[in-house]
Amino acid sequence: MNRAQIVNAALALGLLGFGLGAWAMGETFLVTLATKVAILAIAGAGLNLVLGFGGLVSFGHAAYFGLGGYTAGILAHHALNYTAMFEWPFVYEGTTSMPVIWITAMLIGALAALMIGALSLRTTGVYFIMITLAFGQMIFYFAISWPAYGGEDGLPIYVRNGFPGLNTLDPVQFFGLVCAVLFAVLGLIAMLAHSRFGLALQAARQNRQRLMAVGIRPGGVLLVAFVISGAITALAGALYADLNRFVSPSMLSWHLSGELLVFLILGGTGRLFAPLAGAGLYIALEHLLGGVSDHWQFFFGLLLLGVVLFARGGVIGFLAGGKRHG
Amino acid sequence: MADPILDIRGLSKSFGALKATDDVTLDLRPGEIHALIGPNGAGKSTLIKQISGEIAPDAGEVRLRGRSLSGIDAAGRARMGMARSFQVSSVAPEFSVLQNVVLAAQGASGATFRFFRPVMRDAGLLETARDCIAQAGLSGRETVPAAELAHGERRKLEIAMALALRPALFLLDEPMAGMGTEGATALGDLLDALRHRAPILLVEHDMDAVFRLSDRVSVLVYGRVIATGTPDEIRTDREVQRVYLGEEA
Repeated sequence: MNRAQIVNAALALGLLGFGLGAWAMGETFLVTLATKVAILAIAGAGLNLVLGFGGLVSFGHAAYFGLGGYTAGILAHHALNYTAMFEWPFVYEGTTSMPVIWITAMLIGALAALMIGALSLRTTGVYFIMITLAFGQMIFYFAISWPAYGGEDGLPIYVRNGFPGLNTLDPVQFFGLVCAVLFAVLGLIAMLAHSRFGLALQAARQNRQRLMAVGIRPGGVLLVAFVISGAITALAGALYADLNRFVSPSMLSWHLSGELLVFLILGGTGRLFAPLAGAGLYIALEHLLGGVSDHWQFFFGLLLLGVVLFARGGVIGFLAGGKRHG
Repeated sequence: MADPILDIRGLSKSFGALKATDDVTLDLRPGEIHALIGPNGAGKSTLIKQISGEIAPDAGEVRLRGRSLSGIDAAGRARMGMARSFQVSSVAPEFSVLQNVVLAAQGASGATFRFFRPVMRDAGLLETARDCIAQAGLSGRETVPAAELAHGERRKLEIAMALALRPALFLLDEPMAGMGTEGATALGDLLDALRHRAPILLVEHDMDAVFRLSDRVSVLVYGRVIATGTPDEIRTDREVQRVYLGEEA
């Protein structure tokens, strides 16, 4: 194993160990905290595919996270209230089944990313950042002004949705389920990164002109990555809604888009485990510093400044050294 | 005479009042090196970009093996075998030499949307890539990141990538720029060998290299081809001496 693999394994075992250790000691709150880290890491992993590998700075990934959350919330809302979601072409009363919710959330996330990506990818640089932000804000304000699903107040999920064979209300079982999803997503991204598609995607980050000159159009490659990314982040959103048993427009806000970016910068953009390292560090500091001072974000800002100035490869770059070249 | 590989007819392009390309007609025949020379601002790069498909001409057309390229973008033309190098070396800097050339081989294969198997274990692409690296004289440097290559090596990497595209022709924009005498001579020998794989349209400032290597030379001034001929014909052409060679002497 090289150093990067050791760091990655330590991160994975650290998450599992923390969650299971907290459970063994009866610290339910800490199990929930570890679950939150894992879910945010999934969302960050979605962003990492386009930002870390494709070089696209999307400042609107809260859109997919929130859409996934609302998918879970709305489907469960109808199922729990026994009200029809739609009556044509057949009567549908929603569902509380996680697998169905996940697939729906990923489809909706992918569709939204397809539309937003097709328009945004016409631009580059700062304009791309701004247009993705604008689309994110559009969806945010739409959610606020749509009273049917709670508007500004959000939408509660009274009972956490179910997964066949598991009691998802048991924090440690839900934690295990979320970790399984996280590692499956990271495995998927590792596979994509090493495929032909991944090679073209990483070339698009470095030199689009060169990619064209070898006969590959960057636009299509980046759009496909954007769609997969939207689906992954929407899946994380559905899990986050179930964790909190609540969905609100805050899941769609630009603060969340920013937090996802911060996870990657902290962890080391383009490193497979960056979202886990970044989300873990962020939540740990929020918890620890937040207990000391209400202004914890000031100290967090200093840390972020330090990482950007002195450890450009983020935490993983600092611990594992430079990237390998095949 | 064999049919030309590349046939450019009546190509024109204006930027506002500036005629960057003015009714340019020239061709590239099998096995030849055709050099394109001209003073700075003569429109060489603009012409190359119209051939490669990066910008569209206002009038005229480019034909590759008799087939019109109108409406085909740079990626499409690359897949048809138009292998280009850039004035400023253009590679993927974080990739290794091998990854860069595998990328080119992948582009030529036309199959990019494959998501499962690891590309760096694709025996077919690797074999092509290693072969092209060897031909460009970069064997032993496969794992070096492109950003860490010396200037001349990066030029060779671009040649290796061009070879991996199964070239119908090479479009080389100042491949010797910034190289020392020794490097330029070695690269010249490499180009001399490459012409038998595919003909070369060579934009170059190094006059020694141009006159040593080329079968034909075209002189571009203010967007117009003022003369085309063998190196000897060009050397003795009055018009060329007046507007171009004279300036340098």
